Amino acid sequence: MVVSDYIHKHSAHCESGVISSMLSYYGLHLSEPMVFGLSNALTFAYLPFIKIGGMPMIGYRTMPKSIIKNIQKNLKIKIKLETFRDKEKGEKRLNELLSENRLVGAQTSIYWLPYFPEEMRFHFNVHNLIIYGKEGDEYLISDPVFENPVRCDSKSLEKSRFAKGLMAPKGLLYYPVDIPKNIDLKPILVKSIHKTAKAMLTTPVPIAGLKGINLLAKAILKLETKDKKYAKLFLGHIIRNQEEIGTGGAGFRYMYASFLKEASEIFDNNKILEDCSQMMLEVGDIWREFALLIAKAIRSKKDIDFKLIYDKLLLVKDAEEETYKKMLEFKY
Amino acid sequence: MDINSVPQEESVTYAKNKKAIYASDENGNVNIVGSSGWSVEETVTLQALESLEDSAREAYCEVKKGEKSPLYYYMFALRMDLELLSQVTGFFKWTIKRDFNPNIFNKIKDKRLEVYADVMGKRKEELRILEEIKDYGCK
Repeated sequence: MVVSDYIHKHSAHCESGVISSMLSYYGLHLSEPMVFGLSNALTFAYLPFIKIGGMPMIGYRTMPKSIIKNIQKNLKIKIKLETFRDKEKGEKRLNELLSENRLVGAQTSIYWLPYFPEEMRFHFNVHNLIIYGKEGDEYLISDPVFENPVRCDSKSLEKSRFAKGLMAPKGLLYYPVDIPKNIDLKPILVKSIHKTAKAMLTTPVPIAGLKGINLLAKAILKLETKDKKYAKLFLGHIIRNQEEIGTGGAGFRYMYASFLKEASEIFDNNKILEDCSQMMLEVGDIWREFALLIAKAIRSKKDIDFKLIYDKLLLVKDAEEETYKKMLEFKY
Repeated sequence: MDINSVPQEESVTYAKNKKAIYASDENGNVNIVGSSGWSVEETVTLQALESLEDSAREAYCEVKKGEKSPLYYYMFALRMDLELLSQVTGFFKWTIKRDFNPNIFNKIKDKRLEVYADVMGKRKEELRILEEIKDYGCK
C-alpha cells in the first residue's frame, strides 16, 4: 500500500517539515517557513537544570510537539494524535491508517532508525517523519531532513516509535482530519509575528528569550574557572544544539527570515516585514560566526578566549533585540 | 545567508547526505539550498562522537580486566549513560550501578536482564558476554 500522489519534500526541520508536507497534501498549501512562523516556533531557551548526556538543554525553538499543537490552535484546524501502550496495537493502527490512504505522522527516536548514518545516531526521542506506505516488511518513509524518501523495516520502526526515556514517543501517530483549503492568513500572521517578538523581548523568566541568551553568555564566561576538557565539551554542546540537532539555531533564524519574506508578500510587499527578513538573515549569520569562533577554540591547543566568545553572543543578543523591536513596528 | 555562501564542505558526519538550509537570493527571496556539510558542525559532531567512543573504549577495558560487568560496556557502546539507562529501564541508578559489578551481574534475575535486553535492542545472551573488539587494545 502506498498513499497516492504524495511527493516527498526536503525540509530544514522535522516537525515543521512534516506539518507543511501533510497540510499541503490535503490541499492547504503552506510552506515549511509559514508553518514554523504561524506556530510561533521561534524562541531561545537555556535550561541549565535539565541535563542530557550531562549537558544542559539549549533550545532554539519551542518545545517538541508545540508546532503540531500551535498550528491547530492558530489556524483552527484539527490534527488527530494517538499514542499507544501496546506495540502491536500501535503497528496495527498504523497499517489501518495507511490502508485508508492517509499520510501518517510519527514521533520516533533517531538512534533506532537504521537509515540514519551512524554519525548522526544519538538518543533523540522527538524526531518527526511521515509514513506514506508499506511494501513487504518495509515502511516507506518521507523523512523531512533527508533529500529523498527512505525505507525502514517494521522491527526498527517499532523500536524507534516505542523508545523509552525523556519525551518518549509512546508510538505517537498523527494525521489531519479537518483541513480547509483556504484560510485568511493576514490576521493570524500579524498576531504570530507580534507574539514571537514579544515573547523574545519581554519573557518574565531569565532562562528564555533574550534573557536566556544573556544567561548562556554568563555561563560561557564562568567556564574560565572550569576544567579545560569540560569547557570544550560544553562549548561543543552549544554548537551541536545550534547546528546539528534539528536544523540548528542559525537555521531556525534563516527559516524565520524566509517566513517574514513570504509574509511581506502577502501584505503587498510590506517594507517593514522585508526589512525584518533581512535583519533576521543577519541574525542567523552572527549565530554562525559565534559557532565558528567556538569551533576554532575547540580545534586549537591554545587557551580559550572566553571573553571573545561571550562578546559575540552578546552581539547576537543585540541583533535579535533590534529585529524583534522592528517586528513590533509592523501594523496592519 | 546568501545562497552562494551556503557551505559545501562535504562533512564526513553527513555521510553523503545533504542538509536543507534557507538562504537568500539577490531578490531577497529565501529558499532551501542543500548543504553537503560545514566544517564547524563537523568539528563539534566529531568531538561528541570521540567522547562517546572514549567512554566505550575505557569501559571495554575495565570489563576485560574483570572490574566491571559487560552491561557497563554495552551502555556506553549504545551511546547511553547511567542517566539515560535509568530513564529507559525505569530502574534506580544505584541498582544499575550494582549490576555493573560482575559478581552481581552474573547472578542477575532473568526478568531484569530481559528489561536491559529490550531497551538495548540486544538478546539476553549477548548482554552476558563481552563482544570481541581487537582495535581497542587494552593494556
